[in-house]
Amino acid sequence: MISTTWAVLYVAVLAAFAGYEVIRRVPVLLHTPLMSGSNFIHGIVLVGAMFALGTATTLPEQILGFVAVVMGAMNVTGGYVVTERILEIFDRSKAKKGPP
Amino acid sequence: MISFSITDAIEGVYLLTVVFFVLGLQRMSSPATARSGIVAAGVAMLIATLVTFLTPGLSNLLWIAAGIAIGGSLGFVAAKKVAMTDMPQMVAIYNGMGGGAAAGIAIVELLTGPNFSTTGGLSVAGGLIGAVSFSGSVIAFLKLQGWMRQRPITYPLQQPTNLIVLGAAIVAGALVVSYSGMFLLPFVLLALGFGLLMTLPIGGADMPVVISLYNALTGIAVAMDGFALGNYAMVVAGTLVGAAGSLLTLVMAKAMNRSISNVLFSAFGATEETGTTIAGAMKPIEADDVAVMMAYAQKVVIAPGYGMAVAQAQGKVKELADLLEARGVAVKFAIHPVAGRMPGHMNVLLAEAGVPYDRLFDRDEINPEFPTADVVLVIGANDVVNPAARRAGSPLQGMPILDVDQAKNVIVLKRGQGKGFAGIENDLFYKDNARMLYGDAQATVGQLIQSLKAMKE
Repeated sequence: MISTTWAVLYVAVLAAFAGYEVIRRVPVLLHTPLMSGSNFIHGIVLVGAMFALGTATTLPEQILGFVAVVMGAMNVTGGYVVTERILEIFDRSKAKKGPP
Repeated sequence: MISFSITDAIEGVYLLTVVFFVLGLQRMSSPATARSGIVAAGVAMLIATLVTFLTPGLSNLLWIAAGIAIGGSLGFVAAKKVAMTDMPQMVAIYNGMGGGAAAGIAIVELLTGPNFSTTGGLSVAGGLIGAVSFSGSVIAFLKLQGWMRQRPITYPLQQPTNLIVLGAAIVAGALVVSYSGMFLLPFVLLALGFGLLMTLPIGGADMPVVISLYNALTGIAVAMDGFALGNYAMVVAGTLVGAAGSLLTLVMAKAMNRSISNVLFSAFGATEETGTTIAGAMKPIEADDVAVMMAYAQKVVIAPGYGMAVAQAQGKVKELADLLEARGVAVKFAIHPVAGRMPGHMNVLLAEAGVPYDRLFDRDEINPEFPTADVVLVIGANDVVNPAARRAGSPLQGMPILDVDQAKNVIVLKRGQGKGFAGIENDLFYKDNARMLYGDAQATVGQLIQSLKAMKE
């Protein structure tokens, strides 16, 4: 059986290639939403923060865990709303192009 | 015998979430599909968050819910209210929040005491990178928001000092896992300090590189935390972002023909070029004359820069483009990759003002068209149109620019006679085919619109 450490490394390396290949095709036009979209995706840190707070036993752990949850939640919602707002603009700017 | 537990169900949801993240980024390759991709990724993230509550053995559930409610509503309201021109600092601060959360998770792991293992090492690395991304992003936010001056802040022996702080942070981190938890606080403070010190000497025009870099760093910190926690969704999502952010960082640096280390460590713009004088003089022009030139042109190219964003002139610029098009003039927009304060900044502003995105052209697409352009309108851009980039010895040397100087007429809309961000004289302003239209961009474009409207068809 392959050790977990190595399994995670394989996963990470493949994910890096997937990320590179996917991002390479994004046009310059969409660089802002790409940046804020990937900003939103690392908001998955919220799940880790929930875990940290959920398994915290001492007060310092709980305080830090709580702060991490608040920050992670800001990252997720803020990142999502910003990205959605930007992409909505590009939707609209396309709609205006067509005949009235 | 097949057994299926709640943990398997949760892992299954995480796996699907990761699939939707990749698909979401993939759909970003076209403006037509991008929005649906991010909505799908958003739903996946929501479900992943909800099923995490079901994790066996998880306590403090009320506190978790409260934290999500507080952070979520703060993030939501701020992101809804912010104006498009303030987007760069918003992206910076949300990225900083992610870095802070990643650092927090790692510190909680380290609080359990010395743990000389792969997990301990990863927690130190995740904590260091997350903390650097947090404090660095906060400084970037303060600079972009204008609460701190945008020009590089420098002092003697800056780079050696920064290196010592970074080295000390790494040593403190190593001591935390190998020796004693008493080094945890110094470790965190040194890591935060390094992020702060590293960002101080970076100026406003280099922000596109810096924002993408910290985005990549937060991704990497999240992946390391995921490694330490045994959460594959975090590993994959974090690595995806790390790769995406690194690629974008390289693209931005390449667009300025500078290396990442040059952007980070050279305090570009703090020094002035000396010893070169440019022949000729800047020749001013009146708005009425510019309006006439454009009204009878075949093709007009507009090259916007950060100055357009500062003057909030994008709405007027769109109105001007519409008026010209109504007269049968072909209007195109030339977008330099690093114009503005974040990657793609000008595209977002112009699209918001209602300019159809098929009129927005990347540098490589538009450069061959400048020789056939009758008028080029440079609005608040400076360094990205400076032909000094083609001259050996200039600090801009080698930077791929918009070749606006090849057009028949170049009109530069500029607030005053000052230099660009890099503090470098702009050769363009002294060219025979260049004319200067001074004033606030919103006001001058407004005058152009008035003159055009006053003209007979």
